[in-house]
Amino acid sequence: MRFDKTEISLAAVAIACVLFGFVSPGWLIFLLTIAFAKALVVQGVVMQMRSGLVSFGQGLFYCIGGYTVGMGGQFFGIHDAIAALSLGMLVAIAVAMVLGLLLTRYRDIFFAMLSLAFSMILFGILVKSPGLGSTDGFNVHNWTIFGWAPDGGESSQHTVFTLTVLAGLMIAVLIHRYTKAGIGVICEAVRENEVRVEYLGLSPRWLLYGNYVSAAAVSALGGGLTALATGHVDPEMAYWTTSGEFIFIALLGGLGHVAAPFIAAVVFSVVRTYAIELVPHTWQMILGFTLLGVIVFLPKGLWSLVSRKKAGERA
Amino acid sequence: MTVILETKSLNKEFGAVIAAKDLDVRIAKGEIVGVIGSNGAGKTTFINMVTGYLKPTRGEILFNGKSILGHSPRAITRAGMARSFQVAQLFPEMTVLDNLIVALAAAESPRPSFLSPLRSDKRVARAEDILREFGVENYRDSMVTAVPQGARKLVDIAMALIGNPQMLLLDEPTSGVSMDEKTGLMDTVMNAVRQHGVTVLFVEHDMDVVERYVSRVLAFYSGEIIADGQPSAVLADERVRDLVTGHRPTHKKGNGAS
Repeated sequence: MRFDKTEISLAAVAIACVLFGFVSPGWLIFLLTIAFAKALVVQGVVMQMRSGLVSFGQGLFYCIGGYTVGMGGQFFGIHDAIAALSLGMLVAIAVAMVLGLLLTRYRDIFFAMLSLAFSMILFGILVKSPGLGSTDGFNVHNWTIFGWAPDGGESSQHTVFTLTVLAGLMIAVLIHRYTKAGIGVICEAVRENEVRVEYLGLSPRWLLYGNYVSAAAVSALGGGLTALATGHVDPEMAYWTTSGEFIFIALLGGLGHVAAPFIAAVVFSVVRTYAIELVPHTWQMILGFTLLGVIVFLPKGLWSLVSRKKAGERA
Repeated sequence: MTVILETKSLNKEFGAVIAAKDLDVRIAKGEIVGVIGSNGAGKTTFINMVTGYLKPTRGEILFNGKSILGHSPRAITRAGMARSFQVAQLFPEMTVLDNLIVALAAAESPRPSFLSPLRSDKRVARAEDILREFGVENYRDSMVTAVPQGARKLVDIAMALIGNPQMLLLDEPTSGVSMDEKTGLMDTVMNAVRQHGVTVLFVEHDMDVVERYVSRVLAFYSGEIIADGQPSAVLADERVRDLVTGHRPTHKKGNGAS
């Protein structure tokens, strides 16, 4: 298998992140873990944006990933983190395969609102499920990795951080290849001209279906990692504001590069953390101004700063 | 004569409007057929029905003797009938080369790869050959939006031909193209069509183009075919002159008709 420049750069950054994890304070490790896990969910949003669809309900798969990890440990004795994360992805794939049959018939605002509707249905079910902790959710059981159990505290935090970075690297490389592969490019072609794609003998609907299911799996992985990192899951994971957050991060980063959601998720987490610290009751206003500034000055997201610099160097 | 496309009593109604009325058409393999008619005569409706974009209200469509009625556009494309559009249907945020590469990948398989790069050396080389064949190699790396209308039309037709169709339907291939470019464009298209051995049916408003390139003309008026035959005969027909062309034919010597 051959790796290109982007993949080697991603691997180098991932190794640097893992090493950084050994010297950085716990609060920063936690912040980065949650940011990277959310970035994986955002990758799912971005995959769909590239095909012209905006999901207002990606929280559905984030929640499915998280709850599968939580329920696996609590009710089914699945304590291995890798197995639980994989199971979360499989459950998300199964759900997406069913919902995708309906959702990929729709475009634009109809797709967006329908995806939101499914997410809110799950929220409603979880809120009305006392066995799953209702609105409070429940704690995630202590987990292991291939039989090894971290001894809690910082050890668990470092382990889940390393796991998140490695999962992020794996997904980033796969998505980087996916966007250059047949399905990735042709999904962009669907966004640009669905009629032409159809008259090339391809089914735009099935391409979007494949893309939707793949995006669901990636987002569920992000949800599962968040559950491992926080040790808790609750119905808020499927709430519309959570899905809105993922769109916010997607817009902040832009669609220009597979690294953009990771950068945007870190920027988002830092801005939100400091906003809450500075103005506890009106922190949303800071986020609002941030998004406004990005849309006005960087309509193609933070990544356009990098792409502009590269274009300048070439010229 | 082997019939490649046949329609039987094809009708299309939009509410009270009859866009196509009892269209019986038989196209033989290798024919180059022109479709003429004023705006709203039913030419594009006919093409849209045959290529699966519109579902006929009544009637039958046979392609190579098999019914394609109710088939999706992609199924019809895969069966061997391709089309181009009045307004070139391309991927505007891609380069001309990438447009062709997408079409090449689509022609190779209906299920694109999840991980293999779309832009392989083999596809790039093939796309470059096509660019040269259609005389648009200068626009290789141009975004579609930066390409002149005539070149866009050629790329649109090239994309339709990439899947090696048996039949090609062209909807006004020279519309929006300057008078100077028309002949060059049609010569390029017809050369490519002859090389691929494709049966062609094209809608055209320019009678000079029709006379020059087709072996047979279908004249539409108000959803019906009012004349069908050799260009000289159809264009000289009294009803066609009154209802469609509004002028006498110039009878230029054709170099494109087969």
